Amino acid sequence: MIDGRTTNDRPLLCVENLKVYFQSNGARAHAVDGISFEVREKETVCIVGESGCGKTVSALSILGLIPTPPGEIVDGQIIFSGQNLINLDEKTMQKIRGNHISMVFQEPLTSLNPVFTIGDQIGEAVRTHRHIDTETLYRYCVQLLNDVGIPSPKQRLNDYPHQLSGGQRQRVMIAMALACDPDLIIADEPTTALDVTVQAQILALFRSIQKKRSMSVLYISHDLGVVSAIADRIYVMYAGIIVEQGNTDQIFRAARHPYTQGLLASLPSLSKRGKRLYSIPGSVPNPAYRPEGCPFHPRCRHRILSCQKEYPGMCDYGEGHLGRCPVLFETGVCSK
Amino acid sequence: MNPVEKKLNNDFYIESPLPPKRTRMQEFRRLFGQNRLAILGLFIFILFFCCAVTGLFLTSGSRPIFDPAMVRLQEKLRPPLAKPNLDSLQPQEVPVLGVYLMGTDDLGRDVFARMLQGAWVSLTVGFVAVGISVLIGIFMGGIAGYFGQHHIRTDHVLLTLALILGTGLVIANFTFIGTVILLLCLAYIFYSLSARHGSTKKETPALKAMLHSNAVSVDTLIMRIVDIMLCFPSFFLILTVVALLPASIYNIMIVIGLTSWMGTTRFVRAEFLSLREQDFVAAAKALGLSNFRIIFRHIMPNAIAPVLVSATIGIASAILTEAGLSFLGFGVPPPHATWGNILSNGKNFIFDAPWLTFIPGIAILIVVLSFNLFGEGLRDIMNPKLRERH
Amino acid sequence: MLSFIGRSVVQKTITLFFVSIVSFLIIHLSPGKPSQVDPLNPKFTPEIMERFQKEFHLDKPLYVQYIYFYQDLFTGKTVSWKDNQSVLKKIWERFLNSLPLFVVGTLITWTLSFPVGIRSAIFRGGIYDRSATFISYVLISIPGFFFAYVLIILVVTYFHVPVIGMETFGIGDAPATYLFMDRIWHLLLPSLLSATGGIAVLSRYVRSQMLEVEGQDYIRTARAKGLPPEQVHYKHALRNAMLPFVTMFGLILPGLIGGSVIIESIFSWPGMGRMAYEAILARDYPIILTVNFVSAVLVLAGTFISDLLYLVVDPRIRL
Repeated sequence: MIDGRTTNDRPLLCVENLKVYFQSNGARAHAVDGISFEVREKETVCIVGESGCGKTVSALSILGLIPTPPGEIVDGQIIFSGQNLINLDEKTMQKIRGNHISMVFQEPLTSLNPVFTIGDQIGEAVRTHRHIDTETLYRYCVQLLNDVGIPSPKQRLNDYPHQLSGGQRQRVMIAMALACDPDLIIADEPTTALDVTVQAQILALFRSIQKKRSMSVLYISHDLGVVSAIADRIYVMYAGIIVEQGNTDQIFRAARHPYTQGLLASLPSLSKRGKRLYSIPGSVPNPAYRPEGCPFHPRCRHRILSCQKEYPGMCDYGEGHLGRCPVLFETGVCSK
Repeated sequence: MNPVEKKLNNDFYIESPLPPKRTRMQEFRRLFGQNRLAILGLFIFILFFCCAVTGLFLTSGSRPIFDPAMVRLQEKLRPPLAKPNLDSLQPQEVPVLGVYLMGTDDLGRDVFARMLQGAWVSLTVGFVAVGISVLIGIFMGGIAGYFGQHHIRTDHVLLTLALILGTGLVIANFTFIGTVILLLCLAYIFYSLSARHGSTKKETPALKAMLHSNAVSVDTLIMRIVDIMLCFPSFFLILTVVALLPASIYNIMIVIGLTSWMGTTRFVRAEFLSLREQDFVAAAKALGLSNFRIIFRHIMPNAIAPVLVSATIGIASAILTEAGLSFLGFGVPPPHATWGNILSNGKNFIFDAPWLTFIPGIAILIVVLSFNLFGEGLRDIMNPKLRERH
Repeated sequence: MLSFIGRSVVQKTITLFFVSIVSFLIIHLSPGKPSQVDPLNPKFTPEIMERFQKEFHLDKPLYVQYIYFYQDLFTGKTVSWKDNQSVLKKIWERFLNSLPLFVVGTLITWTLSFPVGIRSAIFRGGIYDRSATFISYVLISIPGFFFAYVLIILVVTYFHVPVIGMETFGIGDAPATYLFMDRIWHLLLPSLLSATGGIAVLSRYVRSQMLEVEGQDYIRTARAKGLPPEQVHYKHALRNAMLPFVTMFGLILPGLIGGSVIIESIFSWPGMGRMAYEAILARDYPIILTVNFVSAVLVLAGTFISDLLYLVVDPRIRL
């Protein structure tokens, strides 16, 4: 029996040295190349990075949703409530998916089945893990739709996905994710496909849900603005590895890794008005042909000779702020 | 805040390692190589092609090496690899290789020679018929897809109908009425061409407005024609036309081609409809390229993929159709051999001479199978999931 | 909805009209005359040919013939030129013969294709998929008549079952069960034959549809909800993959009149295909034109039904 309640010193989810490789076009792409992160109770953790850095793959591998002919979890552990999710068989995983860990995806239109009503799909999410009669199920679904802020929920239950707006669809996805009161919600760029005003509403929704139900959220995004609004702790990913991690203050005010600094510098803001917008030169490397040594070194202005040969270890900047750049960390010692 | 902000020059940037550059052809070859069945199909096709071409040379002319038409009644229904009875044969009747490689048929003709002759027929029928249908299909589909929203004016429709009527009447010997109608059409054409530069009247009279109204869009027109063609069950149509026309190999090819362009039209139209909205077309138009150039140089190479696939599968089906027609007795007239012919002859001797049925049957099976495999392999490769351009 | 039906009916009637004209022109403008009025035919004296021409308006201009023909067709008076029987009655008889062949063949095709295609898609790349694929290719490529003869040889030599015709010659007054079983035996091989090509094509199509649907995002959502694989495949994926097939259902209708000329020739089955074939040979215009017309009606009705079904089944189209 899997028990989601943990004590405060043991994290809810702990990913250690996860490596996921894909076989495509004759080459092996290192989508995720050894990352470790954790999510504790009642906190919001954000994974930030550009497209192609491996953040979606990491999220999908937690729930075992990586398509296995091209993809493969090569190494690492994913510990949830004391169990290594990688070793679990399919049946046990099904009991966890949607129940203890649920996921919200990026594209709400294509992520909802077009031929079933909203009520069907939410009801299905509940009935898979709970035994509940139709009457109670109905009331529960209405309540869920209320919780996520959809007006006139009773009519909405009989609608099809294409009859709803983008923001409403995403709220429905969130309702489906909340249906069985999970301990952890993984949200994979849920607001990327939505307008900015709707974005703000969905973010507010996440915050309020989290407070009300005291669950943890693993939020994946490429948008630093979004991240600054909701994150407790942040992991910055680049080219399949984590290059910096820390809490929101540390990352936004005292970023140590050149990549994070570059990301922050390229944010448009009022203080930069009239000046040329900064962009990190070059582009994200092809996952199958990563540079040797530090993957960021071709684009890094602080590059020294050893960056091209040695893979950088994790440096501890103190108080949980870590980063993979020994160059800017003149005084400290970095582990391997 | 950021010291990074101050230095905005990018001298430090070096290139990341890149994947090996492969041209489209190399990529295609690599993907193709992974599909073993498709390679087998291609291989068999090349084999078949060589057989057909050499067969043509070996069996044609007045003194062919392998004679498919030489009748030796004393040697009928010999099994494959049987030695000829040398004493009953004239010297020029003895088969070249010393044995009847595939036996003889009921008239003593060498089946191997006939198969070689038939190979060429099957090949040409397949390619010519599909060539015709693909050309028509691309043309119709391209116009429907690209110019689909253009409308045809009512007066143009009436004009065309009148022209057809006039010509028809002239042919049917109603010369007087026919010529009158044709002259009226010509007059109208001149009038409308000249009147274009003339009128400055603000309001157009009601009749003129009605004549200049849009009757039907190009897309609807072409799709209705496709629908009409689809109403005729295809084999039935081919059978009808082939039975009513004098039998010849060219008629068959043309008829099969003229009745199977509908599928290609649909594919091409669908591809054009989606490609037309893409930005590269808008960019080409903004550069001032002519419609013709846009269609053929820019859109067509992208739209060609489903056409290729349906073409290879169409060759297979054309060969089967020709065999079926020969089987029913329509088809290339005797004594010219086709594989369907040989099968059809053989059905009367199915228990006495099974090779007459099996050899052409299996040959047709292998060739058609190879085309189908090749076509499906192409389809898998051109599948958007594997395409590099996205 | 009503406007759609109205528009469809109008469009299809216009198409039907054009089809009738085109088929009429094809028949009458092609070279050669029907045997009854062929001056080279020794069987008929010139007087008989005169009478024939007058009776069937063959001396009148084409558009007059057209009007006469369709007038007769709609009032049921058309007669075949070969044996002077009413065309509609002949077609109906042959239709009743073709019907069991068609129904059994279609049933076999549809009931076998779906499980094969679905299973191939779910276990993509496995042994089942690869062998099913290869067998499909072979079945598509084999010439029908060749396969027919192979099967006939097998069945006759090893099972000693008569296969030609609709019933065994001379079965006469055998008890009802014998008659029934005999019919079934004779029906089996031809319908199997007409089903094989259909199964090959349809199962490939089912497979590719299933594969396409299985790659969609909502299947990933269904798995993320913790649904067991049966529900993911048979409830979520199948329901979407079946959409195009529901519409294909309507397109079966035209197959009623197609019949397969080749299969009916081989098995001496007195069906519609054979009748049409013989009519073409004998240039029996009324039969050819009537069959053409009925087939066009069925095609148009079939496409109409499939459009309607599509409206009903896909919720995205309803509004």
